[in-house]
Amino acid sequence: MSAYYIGIDIGSTAAKTVVLSGDAVAEAFTLPTGWSGKETAGTIRRTLEEKGYLTGDHRCTATGYGRVCVDWADRVVTEITCHGKGGWALFGRDCTIIDVGGQDTKVITVAGAQVKDFLMNDKCAAGTGKFIEVMASRLGVSLAEFYALAEQGAPLAISAMCTVFAESEVISHIGAGERREDIAAGIVHSVAGRVARLCERHGITGDVALTGGLCDSRYFIATLSGELGRPVASHPFARYAGALGAAIAAAGKDFAGVREFSL
Amino acid sequence: MATLNLPADFETYAEARKAGFMRMKELKDNGARVIGVFCSFVPQELILAAGAVSVGLCASSEEPIRAAEADLPRNLCPLIKASYGFALTDTCPYFYFSDLVVGETTCDGKKKMFELMNDIKETYVLQLPSARDEDALDAWEKEIIRFWKKLEDFYGITITEEDVKKAIELKNHERDVMLRFLELGKLDPAPLSGYEMGTRQDALGFNPDMAARCAIIEKRTEEVLKDWEANKKGKPSDRPRILVTGCPNAGVREKIIKAVEELGADVVAFDCCSGTREKIEKVDATLPVTRALAKKYLNINCSVMSPNDARLDYISGMIDDYHVDGVLEIILQACHTYAIEATKVRRLVQAKGLPYLNIETDYSQNDRGQINTRLGAFLETINK
Repeated sequence: MSAYYIGIDIGSTAAKTVVLSGDAVAEAFTLPTGWSGKETAGTIRRTLEEKGYLTGDHRCTATGYGRVCVDWADRVVTEITCHGKGGWALFGRDCTIIDVGGQDTKVITVAGAQVKDFLMNDKCAAGTGKFIEVMASRLGVSLAEFYALAEQGAPLAISAMCTVFAESEVISHIGAGERREDIAAGIVHSVAGRVARLCERHGITGDVALTGGLCDSRYFIATLSGELGRPVASHPFARYAGALGAAIAAAGKDFAGVREFSL
Repeated sequence: MATLNLPADFETYAEARKAGFMRMKELKDNGARVIGVFCSFVPQELILAAGAVSVGLCASSEEPIRAAEADLPRNLCPLIKASYGFALTDTCPYFYFSDLVVGETTCDGKKKMFELMNDIKETYVLQLPSARDEDALDAWEKEIIRFWKKLEDFYGITITEEDVKKAIELKNHERDVMLRFLELGKLDPAPLSGYEMGTRQDALGFNPDMAARCAIIEKRTEEVLKDWEANKKGKPSDRPRILVTGCPNAGVREKIIKAVEELGADVVAFDCCSGTREKIEKVDATLPVTRALAKKYLNINCSVMSPNDARLDYISGMIDDYHVDGVLEIILQACHTYAIEATKVRRLVQAKGLPYLNIETDYSQNDRGQINTRLGAFLETINK
């Protein structure tokens, strides 16, 4: 039996797990991080045990802001390196990876599966997934509903640089009787604009690829492409890029092109 | 002489601070002249020649910032806010017991803050030019002469050229002693932590006795060298060697310098005002004294100078001399001159094929997690 390489990415919102067997993904699942990263790490461990991944030869790398909560991991690697490795494996070429996470956004230059340089947004939620989460809840909709609304809207200007102030701007729009669709579209444009500015400050090498939680929104990808004036690639498995990169780090060898994403 | 009083809140202060106050009070009770300074551009030789003790004023803690923000904008460099806050709250013993505070027109934030500080205690401001041509040198020499006169008038004394020459000799010797300690970082593998280099330097800033300062550092330099020869020499280390550059880092030393060393790197070199920057060039004893002082102090490679290409050349040389694997630039929030010059530093470092990380931060603790992630990822990009 071949070894299992496990990558666990405990993000601020979601905890992602990927199990690699050779260069094929054997398993991938997401859990909400909840209030305790340690508890989530325990749940992940029990799940992996039940599925038999921990009985034979296996190695585990943890990443994400909650990486230290996975006290049973063999190794801890930062999410920047993991998104770099995971993104490189998914997109199969040197590129600039943008990871819009729950609490921060990173722009990562990758060449030959190695992170060459990166830039992370400053301690601020604007331009991160958190901003969208906060605003969706302010509009009283789920994230999926939020993106669906945004797609049908004409973006209103949200110009505040800070989540707290932007929230009051959104409240003013609500108070002024603006359509929720237009407010939602404005919010997505605001985040995409912030992310694009971060990218431009960092500099773009090669193609641009998006990883992280916001990959699930076609509308966000399209808006970001518009802001950057160039196509933004994504991948159905891109929300798992960090966990995949951690699994690759556990395996200790890099490869471009991972098989069997459709799980 | 009038009796010196301690601050009204003295009894509530922590032990270390109380000890600082008592040390300074004793010094003053014994008749010492005390001049408070913030910056390495202030010509120490003149203070020494005036028979005064120069003390580095507190500027590296988050504690007094809230008080300072009553008068200063929030979006200002934490060092400036802390400097002012300590003065305002009577919590820096060195400020409290200074006869005179000496500021400089280095950056816009400081020079405007000094106007407010002057309302708390007399703050004399040296007008530092930002260029390095002959006109600037002439203007700066005049400032040095003006400061000389100021000290004479302030204390009602005469400072002779001989006094200044003697001070130049003493300060040059002290620079050599400190430089020898800081240049221990050139040894490979690293003989001591960058954290220690920084904390030791800071501790000396509060020691008024120059001979004692030199003795402490010389002793430590010998100890470290001996330990290196016996235990480290010839044993290659896989810890990346980091050059730290940018703003003064004492206020963020725990969360950046200590953190990066705990993550597995060695900080071996400091291009910053408490590092080698002020110590590389000595005061030329062959020139007329005021010209010599002007020349030395105008050549300090701080980003307030424009242009400041000498800093880039120095960093480039340090990268080679200290076998540096990566450059970490620390920018204090709202420090425009360093933040802008950082683009040139980044270009230089990347052109030399090394990774570069820029961290902009303040004295708060709330970005510790993010900084750790950045530092960790930075080290992961270094193949060693």
